[in-house]
Amino acid sequence: MKQRPSSLPAHGMPLRPLWGRKLQDWAVQGFSVLALTVAVGAMLWILCTIVARGSEALGWGFLTNPSKPYGLPDAGIANALLGTLLVTLCAALIAVPPALCAGIWLAEFGKRSRLADTLRFCANVMMGMPSVIVGLFVYMALVVPMGCFSGFAGSVALAILMFPVVMRTTEDMLAMVPDTLRESGLALGLTRCRVTLQIICRAARNGMVTGVLLSVARVSGETAPLLFTALFADAWPTRFFSGPTANVPVLITEYATNSPFEAMHRAGWGAALVIALLVLAVNLVARILFRERKA
Amino acid sequence: MNATTHEPETRQGRPSLAVAAPHACFDISFRTLCLICAVLCGLLMVAFFAQLALASGDAWRAFGLRFFVSSEWNPVTNVYGALPAIVGTLLTTALALAIALPLAFVSALFIVDAPPWLSRILGQAVDLLAAIPSIIYGMWGLFVLCPLMQELWWRFDIDTNGFGVLTAALILTLMILPYICAVMRDVLRMTPPMLRESAFGVGCTRWETARDILLRYGIRGLLGGVFIGLGRALGETMAVLFVAGNVMEVPGSLFDGCTTIAATLANNFAEADGLQRSALFALGLILLVMAFAIQVLAQYYLRMTGAKRGEK
Repeated sequence: MKQRPSSLPAHGMPLRPLWGRKLQDWAVQGFSVLALTVAVGAMLWILCTIVARGSEALGWGFLTNPSKPYGLPDAGIANALLGTLLVTLCAALIAVPPALCAGIWLAEFGKRSRLADTLRFCANVMMGMPSVIVGLFVYMALVVPMGCFSGFAGSVALAILMFPVVMRTTEDMLAMVPDTLRESGLALGLTRCRVTLQIICRAARNGMVTGVLLSVARVSGETAPLLFTALFADAWPTRFFSGPTANVPVLITEYATNSPFEAMHRAGWGAALVIALLVLAVNLVARILFRERKA
Repeated sequence: MNATTHEPETRQGRPSLAVAAPHACFDISFRTLCLICAVLCGLLMVAFFAQLALASGDAWRAFGLRFFVSSEWNPVTNVYGALPAIVGTLLTTALALAIALPLAFVSALFIVDAPPWLSRILGQAVDLLAAIPSIIYGMWGLFVLCPLMQELWWRFDIDTNGFGVLTAALILTLMILPYICAVMRDVLRMTPPMLRESAFGVGCTRWETARDILLRYGIRGLLGGVFIGLGRALGETMAVLFVAGNVMEVPGSLFDGCTTIAATLANNFAEADGLQRSALFALGLILLVMAFAIQVLAQYYLRMTGAKRGEK
């Protein structure tokens, strides 16, 4: 190697010997296999730990009895499970209709206008917002004025997290519907909104449902915003609008960090297994649904 | 409204005016409703900033810019500083990114190059990894990783209880790896096959193709992916809360306990009031501004490649 540049010369052979380059290539290949092994291995490790430790706690009583303070017999997580379902469903009820409308506006009316671009940008930024911030926001906006923690406030926090996700997936799905379909609808004499609601939305239905399901799966395991809003209670979620509401993620946090007892840890693992299964199940359903639509 | 107007919404052929008018009316109201819903998103964004700025006013008035550089957090004397939380956040995030980035890049390369069946399975696995709630990572970190780290470092005569910067960074790495990997995979997939084939044609090895062709072609999209991962690591609360040790001090080494902004918020909020609560809101505002800046960068870079990737 004399004074020639280290990159390829303008013409001629590469300067580094072939075996060196091949060795480098193999090294990188090996590294990439290693990287994937680490990633997938870690996932399997985590899942195995949850299944192994969680299944110890799991049982019919665990799923049907409400949670109780340490030491009382027959403790379970049924109230937290019900609370999580309530909070998540209510969040979906709050977020989905306006988010669908917003997505429709972006795809059908706003298109590439300046306002639409700005809003799209806002939605993308909001998707990456730390969920703990949303918790703070809802705390100030709802919990303080209402004077109490409530499951409803938790729902609103989750709804804020869902909103941009559903909005953007709806828009993407609607944008995939070919324009010819819109034009044929209009040519039949339908108004714009009937074309949108009855033809375009129907064509994109599966994709939209997938988006909603994925967003539900994403928020159902969220913990940070619920710490500030729904909190936790060892009781059935009877006071959804006016009192702390039990939910699984906060129950796990409580049991894992604030309790020194082995029994509580075991219950925490059981709850973690239940929430992981729920989230993964919703995810799988969503993906299968989307696959069918593509096929 | 008359039948000959050429407004885009009312131009459709219609049987008679009597039927058309209510339709047009409904059309416009539907359109307005949708617009209002869409604008809601932007309003929420603004409301975040306004609300946090308002709630943290007391802290800013009391501490001013010293809030950023003071490392004291003392509820007894009511003096608060953000430095430990900020340093902890930046340190864990940077470390996690440094570990995750090369791993994610080569994993994405492998997934793109692998035979279709393998690439599909791996892609799904990565997607599922991204779907696991963060609290489960936290719990796993608390009960499995922390004891493991403690044992491991004791072998090297390093006295640590397993909680600290390094453990938090490792958990964050696991969490952001799938996100970065997924974006990188999409970016690498959209590189025109022609480019790759030309590179192979002139005799490049796979790694040379990846480094000199794919990396340069997709650099903006890849950067976008990096920022997405960065944003997640920055705002991650539960996983860090479980394993960071929650010590309100600037960490002196990788094995010291630390805290992050998000973890501080989750940890102290319940029992805080008055000035401390305001200081927590100020921390929240700092986090919001940081996350916002990173998301803006991410969107900027991703948008440049968005058209090519078909806007995912």
